[in-house]
Amino acid sequence: MLRTHIFSLVFSIFLFVIIIELIRRKKLLERYSLLWLGVAGLMMVVSVSRGLLDFLAESVGIYYPPAALFLVGLLFIVALLLHFSLVISRMSEENKTLAQKIALLECDIIEKENEV
Amino acid sequence: MVNYKISVTGKGKMKIMNEQKKYDDSHSLLIIMPSYNEADNLTAAVLDLRENLSDVDILVVDDGSTDRTKEVALDLGCRLLKLPFNIGIGGAVQTGYKYAYEKGYAFAVQFDGDGQHSAKSLPKMISVAKSGSWDLVIGSRYLEDNEYFTPLARRMGMVIFSRIVSMVVHQKITDSTSGFRVLSRRAIEFCANNYPADYPEVEVIPQLYFAGLTITEVPAGMKKRQRGKSSITWSKAIYYMVKVVLAISISLLREKPDKGREVA
Repeated sequence: MLRTHIFSLVFSIFLFVIIIELIRRKKLLERYSLLWLGVAGLMMVVSVSRGLLDFLAESVGIYYPPAALFLVGLLFIVALLLHFSLVISRMSEENKTLAQKIALLECDIIEKENEV
Repeated sequence: MVNYKISVTGKGKMKIMNEQKKYDDSHSLLIIMPSYNEADNLTAAVLDLRENLSDVDILVVDDGSTDRTKEVALDLGCRLLKLPFNIGIGGAVQTGYKYAYEKGYAFAVQFDGDGQHSAKSLPKMISVAKSGSWDLVIGSRYLEDNEYFTPLARRMGMVIFSRIVSMVVHQKITDSTSGFRVLSRRAIEFCANNYPADYPEVEVIPQLYFAGLTITEVPAGMKKRQRGKSSITWSKAIYYMVKVVLAISISLLREKPDKGREVA
C-alpha cells in the first residue's frame, strides 16, 4: 500500500466518523449529510481497493493512479459547492418571501387596529 | 378585510393568493415608493406627488432603512410597508405590487423615494395607462430633450440595455432602466408573483412581454439626485451589466408562456 492510500483511508474514516457524530448531535441535517457520507464512503473504497483506483485512473487517462484520488476528491468538492449554491439560492428566495410577508401582515395588523 | 387562501405549489414554495375580491373603483391607483434611507428626500417627493395628483394613495416601502424613513413616511400620512431587513430594490418594489394586488388596485405607479422622478409627467403617464391598451407605461428620459444629463459611461450602458431589450421585445424601448412606470392590474398581478431580485427594471420588460402584456413609453422629466449618492459604483455597474444580459439571455431560453394568454 502506498502512503497516500493509508493517509486517505485514515482521513476518510475520520471524515465518516465526524459526519455520523454531527448527525447524531443534530448539528447536521440528514438531507445535507448524504453527499458528505457519499464522499467519505467513496474515498474509503477507492483508498482500499487498488484495482478500482488503477481502473479509474486508466479509464480517464491518468498515468499516476494516486492522482486519481485527488481527482475524485476535487469532483466531489465541486458537486458539494454546487449543491450549496442551490440550497443558498432557495433559502434566499424563501427569506425574501418571508420578509415581504411579514411587512404585509404587519401592515394588515396596523390597519385593523386603526379600524377598531 | 382580506382573506388569504394558502396553496402550496411544487418545490415547497408557498404561494399566498388573495381570495377573489371585487374592486369597485376600476380607476383606483396606488403610488409605490421604494425607499432605503431616504428620510431626507421623501418629503419633497411626496409633496411633488400631491401637487400633481389629487387625493392619491401613497405607499412607502421601507426597505430596512436605518434612518427615520419610517417616521417621515407616517408623518406625511403615507401607507407604510416596513421590511424587517434590507432585501434590495427588486424585493422591495415587489412587496408594493403584492400589496397593490391584495388590495385590489387597478393601477400602480412605481416612483422612486429619492426625489429623482418628477411627478409632473405622471398625469400624462396615468392617462395613457387608463386608456386601457397598455399594461406597462415607462416614463422615459430620452424620448424628448430635457434637462436630465447622464454621464457618458452610464449613458452607454443604458443605450446597450435599451438596444438589447428593444431587440427582444420587437419594439423600440428608449429608457429600459427607468424606474418610473405605471402598471395595469394585469402587470401588477404578474409582478406580484414574479419579479427579479436586483436591478429589476430592465429584466422585467422582456418578462412582461413574454407574458403577453403590452408596453409603451411616455416622455418623463427626471431631476438630478437632490441629496445623497447614486447607489451605482463602477464594480456594481459591471455586475449590473453582466447580470442583466445573462438574465435576459436565460429568459430567452426558458419556455415562453403563450403570448396573449390571459393572466387569470
